[in-house]
This record gives sequence, C-alpha cells and structure tokens, in this order.
Amino acid sequence: MKLSSRHLLGLDGMSKQEIQLILDTAVSFKEVLERPIKKVPPLQGKTIANMFFESSTRTRLSFELAERRLSADVVSFTTAGSSVAKGETLKDTARNIEAMKIDMVVIRHSAAGAAHFLSRVVQANVINAGDGSHEHPTQALLDMFTLREKRGSLEGLRVCIVGDIQHSRVARSNIFGLKTMGAEVSVCGPPTLIPRGIASLGVTVYHRLEDVIPQVDVLNVLRIQLERQERGLFPSLREYHRYFGVTKEKMARAQKPATIMHPGPINRDVEISADLADGEHSVILQQVTNGVAIRMAVLYLLGTSQ
Amino acid sequence: MKIHLKGGRLIDPVSGSDASVDLIIVDGRIVKIGASLSADSSYEVIDLRGKFVVPGLIDIHVHLREPGYEHKETIETGCAAAAAGGYTAVCCMPNTNPPIDDESVARYVHETGKRVCDGIVDVFPIAAATKGRAGVELSPMAELVDAGAVAFSDDGSPVMSAEIMRRALEYSSMFKVPIIQHAEEATMTKGGCVNEGEVATRLGLPGIPPIAEQLMVERDLGLLRYIPSARYHVAHISTKGAIEAVRRARAEGLNATCEITPHHFTLTDDVVASFDTNTKMNPPLRTADDVAAAKEALRDGTIDVIVTDHAPHTIDEKEVEFTVAPFGIVGLETAVGLCITELIEPNVLTLYQLIEKLSTNPRHILSLPPILVKEGEPANLTLIDPSVKWMVDVNAFRSKSRNSPFHGKVLRGRAIGIINNGKIRLML
Repeated sequence: MKLSSRHLLGLDGMSKQEIQLILDTAVSFKEVLERPIKKVPPLQGKTIANMFFESSTRTRLSFELAERRLSADVVSFTTAGSSVAKGETLKDTARNIEAMKIDMVVIRHSAAGAAHFLSRVVQANVINAGDGSHEHPTQALLDMFTLREKRGSLEGLRVCIVGDIQHSRVARSNIFGLKTMGAEVSVCGPPTLIPRGIASLGVTVYHRLEDVIPQVDVLNVLRIQLERQERGLFPSLREYHRYFGVTKEKMARAQKPATIMHPGPINRDVEISADLADGEHSVILQQVTNGVAIRMAVLYLLGTSQ
Repeated sequence: MKIHLKGGRLIDPVSGSDASVDLIIVDGRIVKIGASLSADSSYEVIDLRGKFVVPGLIDIHVHLREPGYEHKETIETGCAAAAAGGYTAVCCMPNTNPPIDDESVARYVHETGKRVCDGIVDVFPIAAATKGRAGVELSPMAELVDAGAVAFSDDGSPVMSAEIMRRALEYSSMFKVPIIQHAEEATMTKGGCVNEGEVATRLGLPGIPPIAEQLMVERDLGLLRYIPSARYHVAHISTKGAIEAVRRARAEGLNATCEITPHHFTLTDDVVASFDTNTKMNPPLRTADDVAAAKEALRDGTIDVIVTDHAPHTIDEKEVEFTVAPFGIVGLETAVGLCITELIEPNVLTLYQLIEKLSTNPRHILSLPPILVKEGEPANLTLIDPSVKWMVDVNAFRSKSRNSPFHGKVLRGRAIGIINNGKIRLML
C-alpha cells in the first residue's frame, strides 16, 4: 500500500488506512533508532530542503535527524538571514530552491495554507511541518503513535486537548487524525480560545478541567502564549494557570491515571505543573523520540514512491 | 450610425414592455419601436431573435484602479471589461492613489471615461466620504458632486466613527446622493481573512465574524433613523443578519438600500478549502444559510442592486500565502452569466426583477436619469443572449487582471452587445 498523495499537507481527509500505514512504518524505523548504527539507505541520493519561515528547534532538529538517518542530503534554512527578509515572495524562494534540484521540501510557515500553496508551485514532494494555525500533521502522527504504544489502540480512546484550540495547528491535526482513527475527542479551554463551529469537527467542548478530567484517558496539553493575553483573549497567565493549568490536584479527580502529553516547548507551571510534566504518566519525552521515527516513516513513504 | 435591431425581446421594467419588437436607432437615438419594422439597406441589421434587449446595465461598485494602480487595471481596460460584460455605465470606488477625495481626481476619472473605449461606457466616480478615506474629516462633498461624483464611500474601509458617519449622512443629504458604507465593525475583524465559522475553524484561518457586518449596519441604521433625510446604501451585503436589519429598516420607511455581488449569492466559504486566493474577498464568502437569505432578499426586494465589486489584482499579487493575499476578484465579465445561471434559471428572480437590479434601481439610488426605451430617447441598451452556454476563461478577459474563482465554470447567458452615447459594440 502507498499514500494517495505525493505530499503530506495535513490529516484532514487522510484515510484510516493511510494513517495506519504511516504508524506501522514508523514501528520499523523506531526499531532502527534503537540500533547502535542508526542509519539506513532508502533516501540515498535524495536532497531535502527544510524551509523554516518560523522559528523552531525541536521540529527542525527532528526532521533533520530523520532525513540524515535515511541517508538523504539535507539543506536547511530559517528566516534569519534568508532572502525572505529582503522581500522575496514565498513562490520565488521556493522556485529558487527547487532550481537547485531539490527532491523534497519540508516547510514551516506562519500562514495557514502555505504548504498547500507550495505544493502547487513546485514539483518536489512537500511536507507540512506546521502552517499557521492550520495543521501540523507529523506532530499529530507522532502523538497517535505514542498513544498507540502506550494505550494499545486508538479506537474508543478518550482524548482531551486542553488550551488554546483557536490558534493551534497541533489541535486541528490531532482532531482530524484521532477522529479518523476512532478516538473520542474533546477540547477544553476558555470560550475565547475555542473556535466557533469546532463541534462540527465532531468534538465535545468543555470549559472546566474539573468536568473533563474524570471523562478521559489522555490529556494533550497545549502551550499557552502570552501574546493571546495582550489581544484580550484571557486576563492573565495566573488566572489561566489557576483554571486551565493541568496540575496534580486537578488530576486527582481522574478515575484512572490519565496519560499526559504536550507538544512542547513547555511553560512549566503555566499550562502544566512541573511535577506532572516530569511524572510517571507523562509521555512528553517519548513523543520527542517517536517524532524522529514518524518523520522517517513519512519521508520514506513519500520519497520512495514514484 | 443607422441600426435596425430585429426581433429582440425588449424587457423594460420602466415601460412594462416584454415583447418581441424591432428598434430603429439613428445616430444614437431610438427613432422607432414596433413589430416587424422594415428599413432600407442603409441600416445595419442585427438579428436578435431569441435574444434580449434591455436598458443599459450599470455596475455601481467597481474598482478601476486609476490613478495609482494602473498595473492592476486602468480606466480604459476596466471600461473594456465593462463593455464586454454588457455594462454601459460603471461607478468606480475612490480607493485609488491619490484617492477620489478631491475634485481634480473626480474630474480626471469622469473625463477619462469619456475618452477611452470610444466613450461607450459612462464612468461615474464615487468619491470618498472622508479626506484620504481616513474617517476623520469630511471630503469636500459639494465640490465633488459638481465634479461628477454620484455617491460617497470610503469603500474598503468602514467609516468607524459614529460622529463622522452622522456628519457624512447629514451633509450628503443636501445632494440626494447616498453614503455607501463598507459595513464592517473593524475592531472585530483585524487580521481576518475568511468568514468566521466552521470552514475557518477547519482551516485555521483567522475569521471575519458575520456579526461585525450586522453591527455596523445596525449602528448606521440607527443614525439614519436620527437623520431620515439622508440616504444610506450598504455595499456588498453578505450576511443574513445585516440583510434582516435592512429589511426591518425598509419596513419602517427609512432611505436604506443595499447591493450584493454575484459571488456572494453563488459561492459559500466551502470553496476556500483549496486555499485558492481567488476565493479571498472582503466581505468574505459566507455560509449556505447566508446565500439562502440573500436569494430570499433578492426576491422580496430587500436587496435592490447587483454589483460586481470588480477588484482587479495581478497574478503575482494574488499568488502568495492566503493570509497575505489582497482581497477581491474581478467580476464585470462574469456577472450577467452568473445572474442568469444562478437567479433566472432556478427561478429566483423574474427577468423584470433582474433588470431592475442591474439597471433601473441602481440608477434611481444614485439619482441618475432613468433610461427610457422610447422613441426619441437616446439609445442606452444592453443586448443579451440568455441561452448560450459558455465556459469562463480568465485569459479571454478584457480586464487587465485574471483573479476570478469562476475560471472553467460553465455559465448560461452572456451579453452580446451594448449601445450607448451613439456608439455600438457587438460581441457576437
């Protein structure tokens, strides 16, 4: 079986079989990562450009590692010092990079739809590494991979995504992917950070952590950004922490211990208490490890299909 | 110029005519109307059997981009697009550079219209309501009216200050021309680029809440109630809530009118899922519920006018990330086809109603003289083939720009000619 698209732009509309294929492929790559020699040859001779128009440490490192472990040649750039600062358009930047005979492009951009746009103007395979508040498909895939490892199956699993849903590409990709895989998904946050019409994506909305904690198996906690306070979406980080911060005290309401996830980077003791983030039910570092395996799987499936 | 229009169906809401007739036109004037007229061989005979003859169409919301943005469109290319689309007149918005907030610019636009395209398309400037469209000080309205302005609008920007809006309505009431409001409560729409709702949520795009349009319309209607001698016209209305507000105001007897674009009664925000920047306009495409409300309002007369909001942008300007792309699409060359396909074929409107919204009503709202299709009157006519099927090809547009979401769409009906100011242009 192969993926139906030449690109990975998002999980919206991706079939269960395709997601399954990526997750299953990642199992083999995770095993590769346990070996003393962590490099395999399938993308030998392929050149991959990582175009990061928005700062990122972990996603970029994770992609670069995955690419190198598949033996691809890798070039990367971030906005600092690139031609973008000189006013070049995304289209021109992409075409110039492609003129250097690039096979695959990984793009991170602050505009929703940037990866879709790129896939229309270049010949290379395009992988979305996060486009604005739209999608971050590899993050959701690694989240699902981690959950499958930890909980056995995604079918019927009750997952709540906590925090700033409005501005979160991680939330959207997780909702699309988890729903497709048969999980029950809910979101929890203040109404100002929950987008209108979210229920149409098949999720339940909560505004109090106390209400949702007894109902779920997994909490995926999102990073809260101070700039949302400046835009009047919530009053203060202190109040946010008090009512939406996931803490040991609040988790005491859980019937069984819930798995704790976070896409990183963590604001310790803001959206999540440090003891929980480092606690026995946290899989935050497994998520990071699995990120490399998932990205290897995606790169492999897109880069080796003709 | 001696023309014999033969066998066309004259649809004229003003005279109440709906019959197949012949028209004899000499030097731009209708000299005879009647069944099966005969004329000698010195007349150019145009066979219009199965075609419509209607009073000349007017689009009271276009952007001709000149002066200042001639790379997008000029008055000449805009008029060529208007003529090709079946319009004998256009009213252009003042968001040029410099803006039309000064009599010299208004006069320049008006006079250039007479010079380009043989002067077959009348160009009436809509002047800024405030200086620099900045919403702070009133524009010199009396001077602008004398220079040819037919209405006032800061289109593209709403007049946010209630005080300035009040004064604009009061001052303009002297001239019997409307203030045309781009209705948007701008504190709620900053950064937005698509309708706030399910589609925006799915796509992670910043939303423009529908309530922002309704709130501004309701504020303005409140002002109009206070200043009932003024005239108020809502530009490109797009939401059910705002439409209902206008309907209530009309029932009260206020001088409130509104217009809609073909794309707002044809498309919903579902098409944005492609991230095609030709689906990005302001107001944004709304939901199926809003489209249904718009059709009902077209039918019951709450929506008086159909306009295109023709907004040319170059390919390079549009081929960028969705969030940074400019708002707007071209519309002059697809409007008639969309109206027939979306409103006449499915029996939303009668032909009379459609011609009223494309010709009679907008002229009335702007206090322009009515077009009389009578012997002795100047011929200002649009010829339409209502049954031809054709595929929209943006590369065939006369407009300088190509930004249309309708490329490749099959439409029924298109304009095949216009007659105005003693000139005829046929697109047969």
